[in-house]
Amino acid sequence: MNLWLLAGQRFLHDRVCVASAVVVLGFIAVAGASAVGWIARDWSEEVAVSYAPPRFAGVERAEERAQAEGKAVAQNDFGIADPIGQELAEVRASLSERLKDEARSASLAFGADKWGRDVLKKAIKGTETSLLVGFAAAGLATLLGTLFGAFAGYYGRWVDDLFNWLYSVFTSIPYLLLVLAVAAVLGQKGVLTVVLILGLTGWTGIFRLVRAEYLKHRVREYVLAADSVGASDLRRMFAHILPNVSHVVLVQLSLHVVLFIKSEVILSFLGFGVGVDTVSWGSMLAEAPSELILGMWWQIAAATIAMALAVTAFGLFTDAARDALDPRLQ
Amino acid sequence: MSSYFFRRLWQFIPTLLGVVLLVFFLFNWVGGDPAYILAGKIASPELIENIRRSLGVDQPYWVQLWIFVKQIATADFGVSWSTNERVSQIFATRLGPSLTVLVPLLLVSTVIALAAAMLVAYYRGSLTDRGIMIACTVGQSVSILVYILLLQYWLAYQLGWFPVQGWGSTLGENLLGYAALPILVGVIVSLAPDIRLYRTFFLDEIGQDYVRTARAKGLGEGRVIWLHVLRNAAIPITTNVMMQIPGLLAGAFLIERFFSIPGIGREVILAVERSDFPVIKAVTVYVAIATMVVNLLADLTYRMLDPRVQLK
Repeated sequence: MNLWLLAGQRFLHDRVCVASAVVVLGFIAVAGASAVGWIARDWSEEVAVSYAPPRFAGVERAEERAQAEGKAVAQNDFGIADPIGQELAEVRASLSERLKDEARSASLAFGADKWGRDVLKKAIKGTETSLLVGFAAAGLATLLGTLFGAFAGYYGRWVDDLFNWLYSVFTSIPYLLLVLAVAAVLGQKGVLTVVLILGLTGWTGIFRLVRAEYLKHRVREYVLAADSVGASDLRRMFAHILPNVSHVVLVQLSLHVVLFIKSEVILSFLGFGVGVDTVSWGSMLAEAPSELILGMWWQIAAATIAMALAVTAFGLFTDAARDALDPRLQ
Repeated sequence: MSSYFFRRLWQFIPTLLGVVLLVFFLFNWVGGDPAYILAGKIASPELIENIRRSLGVDQPYWVQLWIFVKQIATADFGVSWSTNERVSQIFATRLGPSLTVLVPLLLVSTVIALAAAMLVAYYRGSLTDRGIMIACTVGQSVSILVYILLLQYWLAYQLGWFPVQGWGSTLGENLLGYAALPILVGVIVSLAPDIRLYRTFFLDEIGQDYVRTARAKGLGEGRVIWLHVLRNAAIPITTNVMMQIPGLLAGAFLIERFFSIPGIGREVILAVERSDFPVIKAVTVYVAIATMVVNLLADLTYRMLDPRVQLK
């Protein structure tokens, strides 16, 4: 029976696998809908008051704050005639009128950030950014790792030496340090830059595994048979061997999506990631330190929950896919 | 053994050459002309010309490469572009705080992870095992940023058990005061992946024949686990701990940044923020060398702990 069919059957038998796959598909659907513009298109609009609390936490928080502010104002009155008091009152009145005109809501389903943007919409937009970066960078890294590994493992000799040398160079620099060094050199922000940084530095693990697979497969009988009927080197490498090692490649792809989502969050948090024109879970977390001190926990909660859910689901999915595709378990 | 050692040292040369070429390619070719970064916003052509001459970037590439190689060999990377501090001075003063956090962090997290991994491996398949493994999986999925943010907010800011951030002047003050929370955070973050990894090491050993033999000849469970299994599982664990060191040196930068610890990691972030190329170049090259040396030491330790391993 076909390996993929068998794997699919085994996969569907395990409830954890199916559940994780459903969550993963849900995240992809949300990211896709956001990319097309069906949802969260207006994430950058300032729809609520600054730090509007989430609705389930209760609106009275905002009212309490207003009362406390009122008290503070009253305490400042020392009975001395305020020289600019009248003008101040006028300015305050006109300001509050303008605020009323904009009709910002006092609370949102999941709260608002400092500029009154909807945290839920930011989290959705962040899902799009993070998944886009994760998949694109993992795609690039997998492409490089597979190509290098195929050439090194198939041709051997000096080609192998060359790629092994490249591998030892890249792995002798700790991963995050290498990422930061490349970020410093590129010096510009944006989704494409992050994808390039992560993809160009993250191919080493895939290379090692694919190379080992090609070393094993190039002397197998089916490859020798392909050779004897006159298949070219490239044809043998990519038409014959590649489908037989594709399960390794796919598992690595899924593994690297998680790795790169995590790295992107750290890069964006430090300010070397995506720019200010878009939002990611990392840039949401970057706003959290000052919010936490003020007691505004909803933005960090939204970013953390979204990311933890995505990473856990992807991790379980990868484990399940690895088990399902492992030929030894058949 | 000694022939292996020298052959490995010999193999350092092409790898080191590759690292030098990679860093040179990144910073002198991809990075563009550093004179424009240094000259600032109001740059006159003469100023740029002067800076180019003093840095040597008006020279052909092979001369620049030679300058870079000489810098590495003499450990003299000149001065930082943003603070004018000597790069060697930066290294000398930042290494201490980094080690003050890293050494206790590594020791504590290894001991705790070992104990927990042994526990879950011994009771594998049970509720304890499943519970701890699920907790590890979920714990690993939360970003390290969130752990630092929440623990700093809760334990330092709200409860006031630790200073929120800062650094003292004496070792005792730092270890007991400023470094305590960073170490705690680091231990919590590294526990989940360590436990998962060490558990597989222990499981590999517990299934071996010698364990069955030891039990069959009537040894107590404590003796089997502590003497036989632990000694064998310690081999991959020791090398794993050693290999973590170079990565930690630069990788603890998030912790150092949040807690304002004047270590190497924080210096790297500051340098990236300021486009301070000499500092990043120096850190990258020397950490790469440290990684190679530690990897060699790890292999040699492996050989010493496990006489069955034949190094070729």
